[in-house]
Amino acid sequence: MTVMPAPDEAANSSRTQSRKDKGRPATPEDSAPIMRRVKTKLTSRWATAAAVIIATIWTVPTFGLLVSSIRPAAKQVGPRSDGWWNFFADWDFTFKHYVDVTAAAGSQSANLSQYFVNSLAIVIPVTVFVLVLASMAAYIFAWGNFRGREATFIFVFALQIIPLQMALIPLLSLFTQVLKLPPGSYAQLWIAHTMFGLPLGIFLLHNFISEIPGEVIEAAKVDGAGHTTIFWRIILPLSVPALASLAIFQFLWVWNDLLVALVFSGGTADVAPITQRLAEISGTRGNRDFLNPAAAFVSIIVPLAVFLGLQRFFVRGLLAGGLKG
Amino acid sequence: MEFLGGKFLQVFIALAVFAALIGLIMLIVDRAPKSVKDKLTIVGFLAPAAILMLVGLVYPAVQTSFLAFTNASGQPNGVDNFVWMFTQPEALATLRNTVIWTVLVPLLSTVFGLAYAVFIDKARGENALKALVFMPVGISMVGAGIIWKLVYDYRGPGIEQTGVVNAVRVALGMDPKQFLLDAPENTIFLIIVMVWIQTGFAMVILSAAIKGVPVELVEASRLDGANPWQQFRNVTVPGIRGALVVVLTTITIATLKVFDIVRTMTAGNYDTSVIANEMYTQAFRAGEPGRGAALALVLFLLVLPIVVYNARVLRQQREIR
Repeated sequence: MTVMPAPDEAANSSRTQSRKDKGRPATPEDSAPIMRRVKTKLTSRWATAAAVIIATIWTVPTFGLLVSSIRPAAKQVGPRSDGWWNFFADWDFTFKHYVDVTAAAGSQSANLSQYFVNSLAIVIPVTVFVLVLASMAAYIFAWGNFRGREATFIFVFALQIIPLQMALIPLLSLFTQVLKLPPGSYAQLWIAHTMFGLPLGIFLLHNFISEIPGEVIEAAKVDGAGHTTIFWRIILPLSVPALASLAIFQFLWVWNDLLVALVFSGGTADVAPITQRLAEISGTRGNRDFLNPAAAFVSIIVPLAVFLGLQRFFVRGLLAGGLKG
Repeated sequence: MEFLGGKFLQVFIALAVFAALIGLIMLIVDRAPKSVKDKLTIVGFLAPAAILMLVGLVYPAVQTSFLAFTNASGQPNGVDNFVWMFTQPEALATLRNTVIWTVLVPLLSTVFGLAYAVFIDKARGENALKALVFMPVGISMVGAGIIWKLVYDYRGPGIEQTGVVNAVRVALGMDPKQFLLDAPENTIFLIIVMVWIQTGFAMVILSAAIKGVPVELVEASRLDGANPWQQFRNVTVPGIRGALVVVLTTITIATLKVFDIVRTMTAGNYDTSVIANEMYTQAFRAGEPGRGAALALVLFLLVLPIVVYNARVLRQQREIR
């Protein structure tokens, strides 16, 4: 799990490389640095062209969705419909679909605003729960002193792979029959998401927290600070980059989830998140298909904003410790 | 908007209760007599997460393992569910599709991600180019399903096409195609959606790894006359081997669990189902929790070797430390 190259490994490969090259007859490039520079320029131009092509292919689907979402219904379905790219020939657009899908009532309404609020109401507490609980556990795994610490930590890491599918059936009956959690409230979703988010959260934060220099903690201990003080006053402030990364991760994961929502929300408009509503309306083929693009765009706008706005922290936290040896 | 009040109240209460619990733990740990303080800290800090993981993951996993050997009415039925899985044509198609998914998605995402990371390395506008390919990572699979249904949209021949791929096909003189209906290639068209999502993830991790390869090594190989391909193969790839393993395993695990794409785009019809989707269908729609559990168990066994491998690497690292 090393992103940083193992130095000797990389060095070895370059050594073999140079040995191989010594036995190689001189090519024109060796004697003509200008030629080589021209060639590098050319290759990099090809590389840039390839990159632009890939970027275009990757962007067109989402762009098509955005354009579709503002085209009038008649252009999207029925006999007068045509592809979204024709938008650029006749600039006929409307924001009616956005109004329709988010409105609280009306025949066309998907009532998305209510589900949108549900998504927020699910995702915010879960993110807080996971951050706090995972950082507490990660701190103990990194700086606590108890027997079987290593083994327990590896076990927690391994929990990441239990497919959620394996947990759903028993957990649902536990929630409803044993704990008697009220149906149609957020409680089931909060608890389930928190449970599922913990292994990865602990793993990511542990890698970061264990790299905090021991002297900092020792110094605090000498000054008479207990574990709780060290945790709140030193560990958490120093771990902000990792916490930010985990928060984004958790936010995206819960916001985009469908499976957990399907099982634990009971499907009511009171608690079901926006992904579930989206899956419902896109599943019903029919005369409201033209609303799907707008609905989809409403659902992806928040994660996309979070994601693109904070991607720097996201990547930094992922790479911090998580991948470095 | 009256619904808002009640919802905010619920969220507020949940956060308040949580804060009170955490505060209580901290208070107890802090006020404990010196003799038990360290032990109590460990228990107090670890217990909430440990209990949640035991109840939410370990206990259900064990339960499901037992459930896999029972029939629809909860009676033990030996290995019947597994016999069903490996003999019924539909179940076999599900297994076959899962294998195709787990081979193709990690492979293609990593290859595209790596190629793109190399192409844009030090290019002008690198960050903007990165953001474009990274964007799908933030889109829900349901959203991605809707996006790609538009892309694959089909109209009969002779009618104006609204899906971009079919429009291109018609423009090239081909017949429009019903991408999601015809097995077995429809599975490939679903896989493309997952590749579209995961490539950005691979690209970001690999791009960071490439920047970690010492410049001197690349420079040295260039002075030795290696062409760009040779530089890439003999210097860059060995230098990022660790990152490649991480990317491949992460995407493989994500792919094995993929569910939303299939569900949104075909609902598993037309021979496109995968284990993760079939498990949901059997357990929660068809009233066959035993079969669902058996599928989940197989899924777990498929992921197990990957995790054992990663856990071993992790342990080695910690021993070095």
